[in-house]
Amino acid sequence: MEKLLSDFKCGEKGTVKKLNAEGKIRRRLFDMGVTPQAEILLKKFAPLGDPIEVNLRGYALTLRRSEAECVLMEVAE
Amino acid sequence: MKFALAGNPNSGKTTLFNALTGSTAHVGNWPGVTVDKKEGVYKKLSEKIDIVDLPGIYSLSPYSPEEVVSRNFLLNEKPDLIINIIDATNLERNLYLTTQLLELDTPIVIALNMIDSVEKNGDAINALELEEKLGAPVIEISALKQRGIHKLMERAYQEAKKSRVGESVFEGTKYQNLFFEIKKLYENEGVDNICFHTVKMFEGDQIEKEKYPDIACVADKIKDSIDTGDFEGDFEGIVADLRYKKIIKDYATAYKRSKPKEAMTRSDKIDKVLTHRVFAIPMFLLIMFAVFHLTFSEDFLYLGAIGIIPKGSFSLPVIGEDAIPSPGVLLYNCIEELTTLIGNALYSSLPKGAWYTSLLVDGLFSGLSSVLSFIPQIMVLFLFLTILEDSGYMARVAFIMDRAGRKFGLSGRSFMPLIMCFGCAVPGIMATRTLENEAERRRTVMLTPFFSCGAKLPIWAAFGGVFAQAFSVINAEAVVYGMYILGIAVAIIAAMILNKTLVKGDMPPFIMELPAYHAPQFKNLVLHLWDKLKHYLARAATVIAGSVVVIWFLTSFNFSWQMVDDPSDSIIGNIGKFISFIFVPLGFGMGENGWKFVVAAFTGLIAKEMVVASIGTFSGMDGGTALETDGSELLGTPMAALMLGIGGVIGGLDVSIPAMLSFLAFNLLSVPCMAAVASANAELGDKKSLIIAIIFWLATSYTMSLVIFWVGAFFVWNWWAALITVLGIAAILITLAALSAKGLLKTRKIKKETKAGKSEECVKEGL
Repeated sequence: MEKLLSDFKCGEKGTVKKLNAEGKIRRRLFDMGVTPQAEILLKKFAPLGDPIEVNLRGYALTLRRSEAECVLMEVAE
Repeated sequence: MKFALAGNPNSGKTTLFNALTGSTAHVGNWPGVTVDKKEGVYKKLSEKIDIVDLPGIYSLSPYSPEEVVSRNFLLNEKPDLIINIIDATNLERNLYLTTQLLELDTPIVIALNMIDSVEKNGDAINALELEEKLGAPVIEISALKQRGIHKLMERAYQEAKKSRVGESVFEGTKYQNLFFEIKKLYENEGVDNICFHTVKMFEGDQIEKEKYPDIACVADKIKDSIDTGDFEGDFEGIVADLRYKKIIKDYATAYKRSKPKEAMTRSDKIDKVLTHRVFAIPMFLLIMFAVFHLTFSEDFLYLGAIGIIPKGSFSLPVIGEDAIPSPGVLLYNCIEELTTLIGNALYSSLPKGAWYTSLLVDGLFSGLSSVLSFIPQIMVLFLFLTILEDSGYMARVAFIMDRAGRKFGLSGRSFMPLIMCFGCAVPGIMATRTLENEAERRRTVMLTPFFSCGAKLPIWAAFGGVFAQAFSVINAEAVVYGMYILGIAVAIIAAMILNKTLVKGDMPPFIMELPAYHAPQFKNLVLHLWDKLKHYLARAATVIAGSVVVIWFLTSFNFSWQMVDDPSDSIIGNIGKFISFIFVPLGFGMGENGWKFVVAAFTGLIAKEMVVASIGTFSGMDGGTALETDGSELLGTPMAALMLGIGGVIGGLDVSIPAMLSFLAFNLLSVPCMAAVASANAELGDKKSLIIAIIFWLATSYTMSLVIFWVGAFFVWNWWAALITVLGIAAILITLAALSAKGLLKTRKIKKETKAGKSEECVKEGL
């Protein structure tokens, strides 16, 4: 099932399918390891609901929901 | 020989640099501590090796200034070798940069740092396997524990003598032929680092295309002919994907985990509390409060106030009465006792009335002792801020506060430099370089003076202390906290205004690593504090001592170079009186002593410590018998008398308290010290922005002081009428805010409705 990373719930896991961003954001996401087939686990939301903290490639990354909206994920049903 | 040190932010690069060169460059645990390249020398080999510490980068893309600096250095300056430092606990992501560095023709060794943390987790890395696959030496080190460092340098030295040809991740992939075709174009040109250039051209890198337009033209045609499948012609994406695929297939296998990847780490456990959905913000406020409480509370843990220590239990020198002071105050008291002793000895041993007695005691000693007494408190504040930074908590602050900051046009990342400004504005302003967005960086720099720095602390403490003893309506600690809170409140309002007017700009992206927590290293802390202390003492001995002597001279002589009895006839007295009318509306420019406070505020532009130092010097000249009190009682000293003489009388009422508050506010919000202005100049980039910033600071401080003084004077004149007016204005403001919030809600609803089409928008706007 396809789903945006921004719609993930706490503890939800999936693999990256596609990035719907361009330019700097796209590149930055790639550099940080958000590439197709990377496994991402949503760890938590910041106290005010944004940004989010995710786990990938064995480290913790934080990004805003508006950036997570650009990450299309594949989730096992 | 010249070696370059390259690696991801937060991989321990600066620690390794310090270990190699013996310098004490500042180390922090949040991405982007090294904002400029630094150079040092490694001396333990047969040849001296220059070490260049490059800024931490995740890749060699052309998007951020740090990346461009590193890239240009590696390509143009041609170091003899690259030491690529890797955080072994985060192998996969760190190797991503390695795959890019391997494309260069420069010899490279890989320093597998934090190997001790890997072992501590019960994991292991097969360095030999990694070395074989990467085709470059891999040496296990721990920069912190200084393990394996000499071995690293010996291997590097051997390796630097060999020649190397860059390798790419393309071999054996379906893009291999395309890669070779582009490579051929470069071979005809005869350039160095062919492999690197080829990959960049394949990615469609902007800098590369501009440099080789002819090759770009042919390469684009070749690229058009190929089917990129899911990537839909995104060549940057293809390369990133190839890199990570190679890392996973060939390199990451060297990491032997003892626990599954998802197991709870120590950082996760700490974050369960510190970034908890509900507790995170209260914890942040509590931590900040604790830092300040430990630094300048007279009543540690409020043991006295809440009655755990009963009234009348004790009254001791240094410690005080019925309360235990916080560590910062305790140290302050010790130093103060000491300086009083020295002062009295000095005063009694010198002949009275001689001009050099006046210079030494009234000028130099009064000025410097008032500055030096506060060193312990400033050091304690620095210690705590350094612990917060070293531990990795500052990155969490960015995570917690990003949403709140965005309302004011600041991303979470700008909180880190701003909090550092509580220590000193200079490193704070330098740290703004890690903000990628130009507008945000300028906004942040313009807010830095509002975060009360360590050198301003003496002003709050001195005035707070004197006024608290003279008027029971004021509490010394409340004055100090009040100044910090005033600064933050002004910063919030100023950020909102700047965002809408002077420095407009979009919100930059926020994609940031949350580093694992580290226990702060004792040695690291001591070195850093020692560095700060040296810097502070050097400043006291040079800039401040020099300025104090100049002030003493200008206060003791008149324009015809004769010594005067009354300082108001002196050179500075005349100048001060001439300009003080500007500050009469602010209260502290009024009265016969007004010019002294005006001059003190102006000397604050040299260094903020000068404000109290100047007042010390002026009062030394007033009193003559400056130091004959025993020091435990503030009241009765000439300095206290001078401070209480601030302001004047309006309509028969004493307005010294409002004038004092206005004076403090002016010093808080005005142009910071010269060192900070110089850093701001470097970060803002152009003179115009700097002038705008200076005018902005002056306007803010003047307006706020004006408001504070007149609201205060109104209170003195008729407190209940003042209260009603203030409440009335507050009610109007709250209503207006509520109305505009409602308006915001409306627009948010509209936004939500259009959210369905958002993901497509993402692509279109390129966000």
